Amino acid sequence: MDAELKTRLEALVRDNPIVLFMKGTKHFPQCGFSAATVEMLRRTGADFITVNVLEDPAVRQGIKEFSSWPTIPQLYVRGEFIGGCDIVREMYDSGELQKLVDGVSVAGEASA
Amino acid sequence: MIEPSEIEARIRTGVEGVEHVVVRDLTGTKDHFAATVVAAAFEGKSRVAQHQLVYRALGELVGGAVHALALETHTPASWAERA
Repeated sequence: MDAELKTRLEALVRDNPIVLFMKGTKHFPQCGFSAATVEMLRRTGADFITVNVLEDPAVRQGIKEFSSWPTIPQLYVRGEFIGGCDIVREMYDSGELQKLVDGVSVAGEASA
Repeated sequence: MIEPSEIEARIRTGVEGVEHVVVRDLTGTKDHFAATVVAAAFEGKSRVAQHQLVYRALGELVGGAVHALALETHTPASWAERA
């Protein structure tokens, strides 16, 4: 992968506690899996940013290599790759996702 | 299009301690596959990390010749329990 792109992706997931790489935007998801993942994150009440891979073919391809994961959406929390839609759904159902994002909010407040 | 045997070979080479691999062509079109992989390298790793090891081994094939891959991964211990 292009070194510049790798640096860009590293900065994105480092500088933002919760990042969702998705097709479309939070308000206009353009894929059912992306839409479902946004909805679950919303329900946790978490603050998260989204990256629309459809706007950038380099990111769309690059994030797959960066994560060693072949599909979009992809969720990162505190720089760590969490998974795609299926895994986020399992974690949402089990309450793990809530715990994970609550941890981020607390950490954010503490350092502010 | 790619032969299941080639996917199997890539997994055997790319993942450490592979004990068992089965790759099935799901659609008969040699682009949608299911793979079951048992490997020592999965020990102590989350399911996501296990799948990442397999995707890394397959590299450019995934999203290229391999359009879809349904993955099932096991450690030797979890595979033995299951059998």
